[in-house]
Amino acid sequence: MEIVMSLLIGILFMSATYLMLSKSLLRVIVGTGLLSHGAHLLILTMGGLKTGAAPLLGQNAESYTDPLPQALILTAIVISFGITALFLVVAYRSYQELGTDNLELMRGKEGNE
Amino acid sequence: MNSLIVLPLLIPLFTGTILIFFAKNTLTQRWISAAGSILMIIVSLWLAATVYNEGIQTMNLGNWEAPFGITLVSDMLSALLVVTTSLIGFVCLLYSFRYIEKEREEHFYYPVFFFLLLGINGAFTTGDIFNLFVFFEVMLMSSYVLLVLGGTKIQLRETIKYLLVNVIASALFVIAVGYLYSVVGSLNMAHISVRLAEMGQSGIITVIAVLFLIVFGAKGALFPLYFWLPGSYYAPPAPVLAMFGALLTKVGIYSIARTYTLLFNQDVGFTHGLLEVLAILTIIVGVIGAIAFSDIKKIIIYNIIVAVGVILFGVATFTQESLAGSIFYIIHDMNIKAALFLLIGIVIKITGTSDMTKMGGLIHRFPALAWTFFIAAAALAGIPPLSGFPGKVLIISSGFANGNYWGAAVVLLSSLFVLFSAMKIFMNVFWGKPETYANQEKVPVKWLLASPAILTVFAVLFGFGTEALYPVIMNAAETLSNPEIYINAVLKE
Repeated sequence: MEIVMSLLIGILFMSATYLMLSKSLLRVIVGTGLLSHGAHLLILTMGGLKTGAAPLLGQNAESYTDPLPQALILTAIVISFGITALFLVVAYRSYQELGTDNLELMRGKEGNE
Repeated sequence: MNSLIVLPLLIPLFTGTILIFFAKNTLTQRWISAAGSILMIIVSLWLAATVYNEGIQTMNLGNWEAPFGITLVSDMLSALLVVTTSLIGFVCLLYSFRYIEKEREEHFYYPVFFFLLLGINGAFTTGDIFNLFVFFEVMLMSSYVLLVLGGTKIQLRETIKYLLVNVIASALFVIAVGYLYSVVGSLNMAHISVRLAEMGQSGIITVIAVLFLIVFGAKGALFPLYFWLPGSYYAPPAPVLAMFGALLTKVGIYSIARTYTLLFNQDVGFTHGLLEVLAILTIIVGVIGAIAFSDIKKIIIYNIIVAVGVILFGVATFTQESLAGSIFYIIHDMNIKAALFLLIGIVIKITGTSDMTKMGGLIHRFPALAWTFFIAAAALAGIPPLSGFPGKVLIISSGFANGNYWGAAVVLLSSLFVLFSAMKIFMNVFWGKPETYANQEKVPVKWLLASPAILTVFAVLFGFGTEALYPVIMNAAETLSNPEIYINAVLKE
């Protein structure tokens, strides 16, 4: 199972890298979304995918899945959610202000302070 | 158990939270933020004194035993960096009172400022690798907001680039933590160190070490990953730039120093050899940038990159003496970079440009500004009685003692070019024919100059008081070069 997950994560990272190297800003943001998906799945996989009950003590199972990676992912998800929201708003604002979403055209240093 | 250690985190957290409620009342905001900032300095000095007298302070949050809960650890290095951060935070705040426009002040400038300080202090004090990631994000999130606040074209453009680079670096951090967790099965840094030492050297650990170097190198502007820094740091106003230049990259450097002394100290030949090569290349790139530009902001920005290289060269040499040199140098550099950015902020405010070919003769009207800049520039280059000297001497002499003649020679030569770049600013901006500028009467130079003057006086005292500070710095270097002390303090075996 871990092998399949690793391949999947690899494909996600590949697509993310490809998208982040493109010119359009929205594609780049979609790329960062895929990148964080890949990273979160990677933590889950690296914590081990051995079968066990969900980490709830009420289940009275013999073994449980590792609760730590799930807590890490939950933290990482909300952080990347916050940053993606900010990124989208900055992209929207800069589309209004600069009139383009082409990263090649975002050059120069005029308009300082 | 010592709850003193958590106060440098709680004070900015609560100050920032309270400030949110007074968004439209700038005068109240200023008073509260000044009070919070002074309290931070007092508490951090108290913490440093406690660490010096009683050894490493640790605190297990929620009374969970060491590897299972989150542990905050304050050794001498963290305590010193927290003191420096608090001091720089205070002077930048003082400077912001008159420099930042009312519009920006009303849009949560001060709350975000304090959240930035919270992130930095947290990153310096944490003993848990995932908690370090979280504090990095607190710091970065505040820095995005401070960078874009105001919403001018250049700020929007550069924020997009800065955001993208840091989103990628943060994803890599998560990936690196995932790999490390799968190999070691722990997140507490002291516990990871014990487990890694038990496992001995294996290839995967070296790979993870390099992955961490890439992550922290991207945050701290190490050689192939410095490309985002010159553009992004060009955008924000002077006090924000001073905070970024003095503190943000140094958190990356601190993390490299911490991980490469505490965790990845098994295959030193490869990992520290790589770090050394990258540090030297960083110095060379920084020096080329510093002498190439005629824009005063750009020159000082490239000087950040030079300093990153010098500090990491000391870490890569990995002896107690060179680590002491790096600690001397990192504190000096945080202090002096903040001073220089605040000084050129005044110059830009007076002249209305950052191109030094378009200015001249400021020494006639503003002699105090000129001489403060001169002393700061001399300290930057490491002229003996000032603060840049002791660190560089220790780094270079231990470089030579370990037979790394080329590296030490590059560090030595870099000082010359750094001095050249800083004096180029001094001669072009302050000497020559006086010119009149449109808004030079309106700038409150006396008030603004107070902040960099405090830092410059601190640099001079730091230089003259090297003898008094030496035992403190050696205490910090001993913990770094001898991870047993750290591990025993955290795990209490």
